[in-house]
This record gives sequence, structure tokens and C-alpha cells, in this order.
Amino acid sequence: MSALDLQGNGKKLDLPVLTAKDFASEQEVRWCPGCGDYSILKQVQAVLPELGVPRENIVFVSGIGCSSRFPYYMETFGIHSIHGRATAIATGLKAARPDLDVWIVGGDGDLLSIGGNHTLHLLRRNLNVNVLLFNNEIYGLTKGQYSPTSPVGFVAKSTPYGALDYPINPLALAVGAGGTFIARAMDRDVKHLREMLKRAHAHKGTSFLEIYQNCVIFNDGAFEDFTEKDVKAENDLFLEHGKPLIFGKNNDKGIKLFGLKPIVVDLTLPNVSKDDLWIHDENDRTKASILTRFFDEPGSEHYMPRPFGVFYVEERFCYENAMLDQLNLAKQKGDGDLDALLRGKETWVVS
Amino acid sequence: MSEVKNRPLHVETKQDVTILFAGDSGDGMQLTGTQFSETTAILGNDLNTFPNYPAEIRAPAGTLAGVSGFQVQFGSKEIFTPGDKIDVLVAMNAAALKANLKLLKEGKIIIANVDGFDAKNLQLANCKTNPLEDGSLVKYHVYAIEIGKLTRMALEGTGLGTKEIDRSKNMFVLGLLFWLYNRPMDYAIKNIQEKFKKKPEIAEANLKALQAGYNYGEATEVFTTRYEVKKAQLPAGTYRHIMGNQATAYALIAASKKSGLPLFLGSYPITPASDILHELSKHKNFGVKTFQAEDEIAAMCAAIGAAYGGCLAVTSTSGPGMDLKEEAIGLAASLELPVVIIDVQRGGPSTGLPTKTEQSDLLMAMFGRHGESPIPIIAANSPADCFNATFEAARLAVEFMTPVICLTDGYIANGAEPWRFPTASELPDFKVKFAAPRNPNDAPFLPYKRNENGAREWAIPGTKGLEHRVGGLEKQHETGNISYDGENHELMTKLRAEKVEKIANAIPLQTIDNGSSKGKLLVLGWGSTYGSIKTAVRDLRDEGYDVSHTHLTYLNPFPKNLGELIYNFDKVLIPELNAGQLSRLIRDKFLVPVEQFNKVQGMPFTVSELKEKIIATLNQKEK
Ligand code: SF4
Repeated sequence: MSALDLQGNGKKLDLPVLTAKDFASEQEVRWCPGCGDYSILKQVQAVLPELGVPRENIVFVSGIGCSSRFPYYMETFGIHSIHGRATAIATGLKAARPDLDVWIVGGDGDLLSIGGNHTLHLLRRNLNVNVLLFNNEIYGLTKGQYSPTSPVGFVAKSTPYGALDYPINPLALAVGAGGTFIARAMDRDVKHLREMLKRAHAHKGTSFLEIYQNCVIFNDGAFEDFTEKDVKAENDLFLEHGKPLIFGKNNDKGIKLFGLKPIVVDLTLPNVSKDDLWIHDENDRTKASILTRFFDEPGSEHYMPRPFGVFYVEERFCYENAMLDQLNLAKQKGDGDLDALLRGKETWVVS
Repeated sequence: MSEVKNRPLHVETKQDVTILFAGDSGDGMQLTGTQFSETTAILGNDLNTFPNYPAEIRAPAGTLAGVSGFQVQFGSKEIFTPGDKIDVLVAMNAAALKANLKLLKEGKIIIANVDGFDAKNLQLANCKTNPLEDGSLVKYHVYAIEIGKLTRMALEGTGLGTKEIDRSKNMFVLGLLFWLYNRPMDYAIKNIQEKFKKKPEIAEANLKALQAGYNYGEATEVFTTRYEVKKAQLPAGTYRHIMGNQATAYALIAASKKSGLPLFLGSYPITPASDILHELSKHKNFGVKTFQAEDEIAAMCAAIGAAYGGCLAVTSTSGPGMDLKEEAIGLAASLELPVVIIDVQRGGPSTGLPTKTEQSDLLMAMFGRHGESPIPIIAANSPADCFNATFEAARLAVEFMTPVICLTDGYIANGAEPWRFPTASELPDFKVKFAAPRNPNDAPFLPYKRNENGAREWAIPGTKGLEHRVGGLEKQHETGNISYDGENHELMTKLRAEKVEKIANAIPLQTIDNGSSKGKLLVLGWGSTYGSIKTAVRDLRDEGYDVSHTHLTYLNPFPKNLGELIYNFDKVLIPELNAGQLSRLIRDKFLVPVEQFNKVQGMPFTVSELKEKIIATLNQKEK
């Protein structure tokens, strides 16, 4: 079987019906009991059978960290690589093999700190891959140091007096880097997470899905403001394309835009109408940019609810296809002739 | 210009000539040298070139730091080096003369551009007086020619600005040298026309200047001697002119064809390796994918990804890039995936001497990664040999499922020589078989099961039934599952090392390049020092010295018979452009005393310094 004649012939594949179980490898899952990673693994295994991609065409690539163990638990192809480089390895793989379904899994340390540079470049090149950023705001595998997404003042093993580093805002970074699919989900809202996984996969381009993931051991409750039943409704803003931005326990709060400034309005007040609210438009980069700035801690001065869902989608050419187009264009003038290449333009004979 | 017909013109036949074209970085000396060399090669001389230029793209004009040189030795005998000392120094300005005069043989020729010796240029070159006038050059034949002025005269009326006209003066020099050494101009003319296809007025100016230079030689009485260098007696065959980096790129394309694997290059721009990326990115019609990565690490990682996907994967770089790639190279060693890593060595440490040559990455290639991480190493010994070494690196990588480091260096990467190129059919096939698909009822796939070479199967995604996971964590023997078991780790460490050792069975035995197989002194070299050592040993043997030469292509593992070969000599001398890296490996492996000869001046060995060292070593009293 040759490496490059896989599918692409337009023929419908006769796929066996697979279930989530078929995507679980025999490896014993070794995360701490209660770790948010379990939920994410389960949702991914649940979603994959619905995507219609043959198991052998799926590759999970990861770096180093708790979440980077992910590929071992998937009954697909997988590479557990080195710290921060999953994105770079996946780039080479996808560029070489556009026929494959490539998923990148990594934590906040992996994708935003040691591998931050590759993440930027993956996003701007827009290869058709899916990035799952497991954000737990901590270094788990190395036993609890602050991470690039930990808040200022965060007390951890390496910061007994509190972290000084201003945290990265991953989705603002993704917009800035020219990302074409930017979304957020959380480990605890499994239905929404599954939907986000499907949307990420459906997007042709680099899909960047940040998933809030609870590290029970070193940073338990980091996202409880957004995940716990009693406060969730007040703090979470679920985005839906074409729908107004509404949140609150009784769906009684909305967001309006004054110029570029968002404000929260009380929908129960007499002269406030749903029709005046900000209508979410996934294709508006400027508004997506503003949404990524809804990043303050609950209770802080300019607090806005934390958005979940798809912030931004853009149709843009994928690097690997453009690369292939260039090759095909060059080949139109004739396939390369090795003898002609070696001989060059000018030769002479010694007899 | 005076009309001179039938003037007494003396024609002198030379066996070999070395010319150094030297000028300001902006004077176009690299182009002049290249054009002269290509024509000379086509004429059937053997030759070897050495471009030597500053690291700065535009070093201050007129200064010693800004001097750029292109040295070419050509002859009617076999030529292996660009020459120690030069016969003709073309000096476009005072700085070029000052920087290179020490290389000129006594009684030989200086062609000086008078316009480059005005007050300003003299000052920039720190000359108190004008060497063209102060009598300091009496030992040489000086031709002081107003090259700038003559070029301007020749191009009067072309409508071009002074700046463009002045840029053509290198063509005047080329024309003059063509006349002096009796070379036809048609090849250069064709090249210039092609190079400036889109700017016909510039092409015309260049051609006019070229012709003016030639006519100047022909018509003026300045030169009374013209030189002839007969064709070289090279092995029969069809030849072309080739540069080292170009040969490397061609070898990768050839290896892609011969293995049936699509070629993928991940690379980040770095001197002096970038030309490999440039060259390969031209050849998309061969299905070559070139990826200019965001950094050296990503370049190597992308190559790993492509290798995992079933490509002939390559990364090209130089020393600082190697530093950055090493972690990922270790991953490739652990994943046991084939990746060709081309290291065009340059002076180090750190940024070091980016445009100058050195052989100082050998120990890094050997031991540069953490953990026990042996990797095969191959080195090219000349510009044309970059083809053989790279092709071989690709073959070993896929046959043994391992990263392979191929060492070239700045000297041979940018140098050029005639190449008796192979035809496609002469190159060996090394067709690759990927692991076959499996059915649900087949026995489970074992990704780390090994064949007789110790190599595992290449199981690429997209193959039914081969779903499996690999990673940088230690793997259980055969199954590839994560294993922290100590005994298994020791076994895997051993198996990875054995695999590399087994390559010794797949490579040729070491032979003596020149001289007898037993004797007083063996000169053992590797890589780009080939030409200088070859020439030194040839000359000394002609003079009756008992010395032999052998040159290593395979540095890890060594050829199986290397020890025997070394033990047949009383002494071993290892010349290297580093502080003694091969010397350490040889001492360690064969427990023989080794005489070192080391140089780290950013320049290749001269033949004369090697000869001196060899004679001194032969005369040494036993300690
Ligand atoms: S340390 Fe935290 S992130 Fe890592 S497995 Fe345990 S709970 Fe999960």
C-alpha cells in the first residue's frame, strides 16, 4: 500500500459502525482520580465515531504534561512527543499527509509556554488540524508550579510569595495570531464540550479549542466560578451564532455594545429590549476580539461573564492544500526528470 | 587605444594556476569568480574553488573587513584544493590588495583597479602611502589598470546611470582574465543574458564591459604574455560543474526517487546551509515539499512528523541550529524514525564564524544528546562528494530506521568542482516497504519488533489495523508500550546501540586512498580536508616519503576494518579543522597514540602546512 493514494477518490467508504469503546486503547488510564482529563477523554471517544473518519486515519499528537498522555489512551495512531513540540510535529505530519485527521493535545504549559512559538505559527499557517488546549492553570506533571495561565499572585511551589507573571489570555492570543477557529469549552459541561469538539473537527483550518480542565490535585476549583451549578449561570455566557448575548440565572442579563465598549444591561428593566443586544456573529473578528477580552476574574471591576462556545470562524486556505497546489502547478510543466537535473545545463566530456 | 597587430605575444603553458578575485563585498567578485570557474570547468580543466566572504551582508565599503574573495585553482592535472598561494591577485581596491598580498607568490601578477586606490580607499584600508606607487610591490608584476574609468568609457552612451555602469566593472575584469587565460566567452555571455533576462539594458551593459575587458587584453601592449592551461586528464566521462550545497540538494531528490518516498525538508534559514533550502524549494515538480519553519526546533520536529507520515524527511542546518535540534533528534532516535540531518559546519562556539569553515561538530553529532543516543554519522569530503554522502545518509536512515547526521562544512558547501555526475539508473534503488495492513484477527501489531538489521517496521498512519502509539518515554521491547522497567530500559538501550553498530555490515570497508597499506605513517582524515591531505600526500610520495592517506566517510560506526588498517602503521596523524575531535574517537576506540594536527582559523588546511607537519611527524624521534 502506498503512502499517498489513500482515499480522496470520492468513493464512499464502507465503514464499520464504531462506538466510543473502539476508540479506547488497552492502556490503563493513569490520571489522578477526579482529574478533568477523564471527562475530556470520554467526550472525545464519544464524538469520534460520529465523525466518519476511519480509525487508521486519525493521529493524536501530544507534547509533555498530564494531558499529553492522551494519545496513549486512544485506539488510533498517536505520538507522545517532547515538551511543546506537538504543534510542530503535527505541522510536518499534516503538510506531508493532508489525508490524515490530525489532533493536537496539550496543556497550558506545553502549548503556551515552552511551545508558545509553534502554537503561534500553527495558527497563522492554518493547517487543517484540531488543537485541544487543556487549560488547568497549573503544572501538574511536575507537581504544582504556576503556569503561564495562572493568575498574578498565584501561590504555588515555585511562587511561595505569589506569581508575578501576568497571565496569557489564550484566546486573545489565538485571535492575534490569525487563528481561524477559536472556541472555549469546559470539562464539566460534557454536552457543550461534545458539540465544540464536533464543530472544531468540522472546521477546515486550525481549530483552537480551549478546554477548562480541573486539576484536582494541584489547582482544584480553579474554574469553579464557571463550572459549579450555583454560580455558573451568573458567570458564563454561552455564545450562539445569530443569537443575542444573554446570561444570568433567569436569562435576565444581556450585553450591549456601545461603540467598542461592552456593557451589561438588565433585561428586566422596562426600556431595555433584547433587540438592542449584541448579536453574536462568529465571522466578526473585531467582535471576537472583544469577546476574548471578557477575561477578568468574577467580582473584579470591569467584570464580564466568561464566554463559552465558538468565538470566531474564518474560511481561509489551509497551508497543506496550498503546498499541494504549488506542487501540482509545477508538475503541470512535467514531472521532474532526475537525469536532466543531475546533468544540468552545461556538461563536457572527458575521453 | 593603440592599434597593435602582430605584436610579440608570448604564450606560456601552465600546469596549474591559482587566481584570487578580491574586492569589496559589493564589487561582484563572487559572480566573477563563479563565471570564470564555470567556463574553465567546461573547457576541461580540473579545478577547485573557495569563496571567502565576510559575515556582514554589506560590511563597510572599502575596509579590510569588507573584502570578499573568490579563489580558484585550475589545472591540467588533478586539482583537489583551491591552492595555498596564488599566481594572480585581482585587487579591486586597496583593502583587497592589503588583505591578500601575503598569499601572492613572489614574481607573480597583481591586477589592480587604479580607481580603488584613491585617497579615500587608501585611508579606509589604512594605507599611509599608495602601494601602487610607493615601490612596495617591486617583487611582483603589477598591472595597474583604470578599470572603473575604462568601464565607464565602454558604456558611454548606453543611457545607464553611473551606479549601474560601475557595477559592471567586474565584467571588465572577467573579460580581461578570459583573454589572459585564453578562455572563450560564449558560456559567460549566455549566462549573463539569462541572468538579466528581465533587464536587457543591464545584460547589454555587462556584455559590453566583458567585451571591453577582453579587447583591452587583446589590443593594448600592457600584457606581453598570455597563458594556456591544457585540459586535465580526468577519468573519462561526462562532467558538470557543481557546488556542495547544490550536490546535497540533488542527492536528496535522487534519494527520494530511488526510495519511492516523497521528499520533505523542514529547515530554518542559517548560514552556510540556506542554499540547500533554496535549491530544494525550486524543484516542486519532483514532489519536493519544503517547509521554512519558525525555528530550528520546529524544522526538525516537522521532519519527524513527515517521517512518521512516510516521507523521506530531512532537515538542514549549521552548528547553532544543531544545538537547538538535539532534543528532537533524540526523539527521532527513540521513535526510531528515519530523518536525514544535514549539518553544514561553521566556526563555533555560539554564533562563532558564520561564513567560515570548521569541522568542530563531530563530537556533538556523536554525543550531543542526553541519554544513550547513538546516531550514525557520515561526512562529505568535497563539493561533489556532498552528493554521495547525502544519498548514503538517506539510504542508511530508511534501511535502519534511524536519524542520520550528514556533516559537510562551509568550505565544501560553497566550494565547487567538476563532477562526473551519475545517471539516474546508475544510482542504487532502496525501495521501502511500509508495514502491511492487518485484520482484526491477526496477531497484535508489534511496533518495536526488529528485523535482522535491528530496525523496526515503518508503520505509517492510514494503514488499517496498525493503530499504535509511540513516544519519547521508554518503550517495552517489541510492544512499544510505555515501560519504566529497568531491565527493559537496558535492553532497549542495547538494541538501539546494536542497530547503529550493525550499519558497519552495510557500508564498504575502509581503503587506503593513496600509498601502501603498511608503513611508517598513516594520515587519517575525514570530511573536507580530503583535498589538502590528498595533495600533500601525493606530493610527498613523489618526493619519496613513506606516507599513506586514508579518508573516513563513515564516522559512526567506523568501517569494520579501520582498526586493522591503522595498526599496520607505525604512526597515525590526524589533521582536523577542530581541536582534535576525531583524534579522541580514534584513541578511545583503538587505543593507539595519535598525532594531532589542528587548525581553527576558519580556513582549510594549506597543502604546505600539511606537508611540513607530515615531514615533522616522520622525523620525530620515538618518545
Ligand atoms: S496532576 Fe492534576 S492534571 Fe495531572 S492528572 Fe492529576 S489531577 Fe490531572
